[in-house]
Parts: sequence; C-alpha cells; structure tokens
Amino acid sequence: MTVTKHETTIEAPADRPVIEITREFDATPDAVYRAHVEPDLAMAWMGPRDITSRVEHWDARTGGSWRYVSSRGDDTFGFYGSFHELRPGERIVQTFTYEGVPDGVALEVMTLEPLDGGRTRLHAVSIVETVEARDAFVASGMETGVVEGYEALDELLADR
Amino acid sequence: MADAAESDRLSRVFSALADPTRRDMVARLTAGDATVSELGASYDVSLQAVSKHLKVLEDAGLVSRSRDAQRRPVHLEAEVFDLMTKWIERYREQAEERYRRLDSVLAAMDDQDRDEGAAS
Repeated sequence: MTVTKHETTIEAPADRPVIEITREFDATPDAVYRAHVEPDLAMAWMGPRDITSRVEHWDARTGGSWRYVSSRGDDTFGFYGSFHELRPGERIVQTFTYEGVPDGVALEVMTLEPLDGGRTRLHAVSIVETVEARDAFVASGMETGVVEGYEALDELLADR
Repeated sequence: MADAAESDRLSRVFSALADPTRRDMVARLTAGDATVSELGASYDVSLQAVSKHLKVLEDAGLVSRSRDAQRRPVHLEAEVFDLMTKWIERYREQAEERYRRLDSVLAAMDDQDRDEGAAS
C-alpha cells in the first residue's frame, strides 16, 4: 500500500482574524464529510487527545446544533455550536464556542475538494472576532489550551 | 514549565497589542527605531500617554530602550514575534495530530464499507 504523507498547513495572517487550515485525505469527500457530521465518527478524532468526549446533543442538519463535553478527571469542558449549513460531501459551515469563554465564537467554513484517486482536500477557515482573540486562541492551542492555557489567556477562541 | 512561562509572556504580548495605538506604534517601529517624541508626533495624545503605552510594550518585551544613548530610542524586539511563530507551529502540529486520528477513522470506515460490500 502507498503511504502518503499529508502534512497540515496552517495560515494565521497578521491582519485578519482568521485561521486557515488545509489538509489532504486518502478518502472521498463523502467519507470525510461523514466523519465530521456523524457523532460516533466525529468523537473518535475531534475531541482533545487523552480526554474522553461525550456527545450531549447532535442534530446534524442545516440549522441544527451540537454540544459535547470533554472530561479529564473532575474537570469538564463543554463545547457547543450550530450546524449553519450542511451540504453533504461538499461543505460544512458551523459555529464553535468553548463554554469556558462564553463570549468567544468561531465561524468555521469547511470545503471538501475532490481530488484524483478518490482523495479529498479539506480547506477549513475559522473566523473569530478580533486578531487578538485569534492569536490568543492559537497560543493556547485547542488541546493544551483546555488543559493549561485557558486561565492564563483571558480571551480565547476555539477551533479545531 | 517553560511552556507556562511562555504562555504568561504571550498573554502579556496579547494584552499589550489589544490597544490600537500600541499596535500602530509597533507597526511604526518595524521601519526603524524612534524616540518618544518622534512617536508622539503621530498621535493626538500627550507625551506622558505615549510613555505609558511604551511602558506596557516594554513590560511585554515587545520593545526596549537603550539606557545609555541621550535620545533613548525605542527599539522593536523582533524576537517576541518568533514566539508567535513557534506557537502557530505548535498549533499546526496539534491540528496534524487530530487529522492523523481522522486518517485512522477514514481507513476504518473504508474497511467497513468493503466488508459490507463483500457480505451483500
């Protein structure tokens, strides 16, 4: 079997409060789409590493919403958002809030581009309110942020 | 522990840069060192206010002022921005880790589809 290496590329432009991520997958756009919207599949990879995540609510349709809770020991971290638009195999638009920073919200626009050989290029753009919130978010990291950084960094926004 | 210290430092950098005047000062200093009065000439605020802003930038490690020179020009510490680059790289690595887990999920889905296809 061919082992292809697909490193994630990331851009955090200095003048716009966005994070852009691009990554290729050895799977069709339909499969990548399902792995984002079916809760069992999504929880298998989305939540922070070494942390158990439990879906509390998951209504995967345009105009629907989701919430999941991650826990490590006695600490629990809730995340929620809306499925603004779900277009199977093509496009996912959703919001994302970490409940520890209730005023923070990211708008995430993901597009799935079909590539030759049944492969997919995922392009994800996260838009937050300010460049500072974006930077704080990047600095805290998604996973280590939950664990060690959220208290230290007051403004933060989350994504994957 | 180094991470915690860096995290503290970075949060000072962010709060220092949260102010538009200070951001503008930093932008000006990328062109070269400047004195307090040179910087102050661009803003409709007192020199005292300019000095206050500079103190915040200095505490965050974003700028420094030479102790000996008469003019005491303000100097931008570009190294702080390297810290940001480092954090972006770390963020990228975390995203990559997540997507490797997604790779595994996708591979398992593929196997399952094949099994179901063979069974039917």
